[in-house]
Amino acid sequence: MALGARELWTVVHGLVLGTLFLLAFAGGFAGFYSLRPEWVTVVGIRERLRRLLAGSWVMALVAWLTVITGTWIVYPWYRAGDPSSPRSTLLADPGTAGWHRFGMEWKEHVAWVAPILATAVAFAVTYYREDMAHRQDVRRAALVLFTIAFLTAGIAGIFGAFINKVAPIR
Amino acid sequence: MAQMKTKPNGPVAAAFLAAGIGTFALGLFTTGAAAFDGVASALRWSTPVGPLSGKSTLAVIVWLAAWVVLGPLWRTREVRFASIYRWTLVLVALGLLLTFPPFFEAFE
Repeated sequence: MALGARELWTVVHGLVLGTLFLLAFAGGFAGFYSLRPEWVTVVGIRERLRRLLAGSWVMALVAWLTVITGTWIVYPWYRAGDPSSPRSTLLADPGTAGWHRFGMEWKEHVAWVAPILATAVAFAVTYYREDMAHRQDVRRAALVLFTIAFLTAGIAGIFGAFINKVAPIR
Repeated sequence: MAQMKTKPNGPVAAAFLAAGIGTFALGLFTTGAAAFDGVASALRWSTPVGPLSGKSTLAVIVWLAAWVVLGPLWRTREVRFASIYRWTLVLVALGLLLTFPPFFEAFE
């Protein structure tokens, strides 16, 4: 029962960071959604702010770690020129070529949107802190960008999981 | 509900618009690399990673540069947030379209 370096990095990139990302999004989303002065007291806003700060910064940090490890560590193994690389394997069969031509091509690019948007949102939370509850325009905008960041990472994560199932990195 | 007077919204508007510009830049580099072999070669900053190395790194540089310019410019200003936010969404939508394979592969 052992994992090679490549399998380990694939697990770190997809499973470990992906799980942290999901948890951070859930915490951040709940924090954003409920940060309304008509719903909570001043003490309640402070409590939600802690969760929101943690959720938004953890999500941004994890998104950066995911795209950096994905692009600079895992992706070179995927696209190596030898005939046994996952990319070569997928492209060799017309029945699986779409996983590369559509899935991987989309995933490798769209994933980079997530950390950029998540960092902007985390900055907004840090800047406004408790006042965010009174800036409904900013709160709503941040919630939308936060959700887009999550969806772009979700697209990348789902395609990554399927592609690694069809043509694993070994 | 009326907005309570808080800190100026300029810094957050700058962060959001810069994120939109960075996303749009990523899309431009992606479609540019698909359309022109010269662009793809110029963006191949790392052989093992290929053109994605240049596309992603340049997009991050453009995003940070936009933030560094807009941030100090709007640091103390109350800007028209709704308008800036709309532009941010337009840039993000264009960036997402330009990174969508059926779209950028049409230029190959």
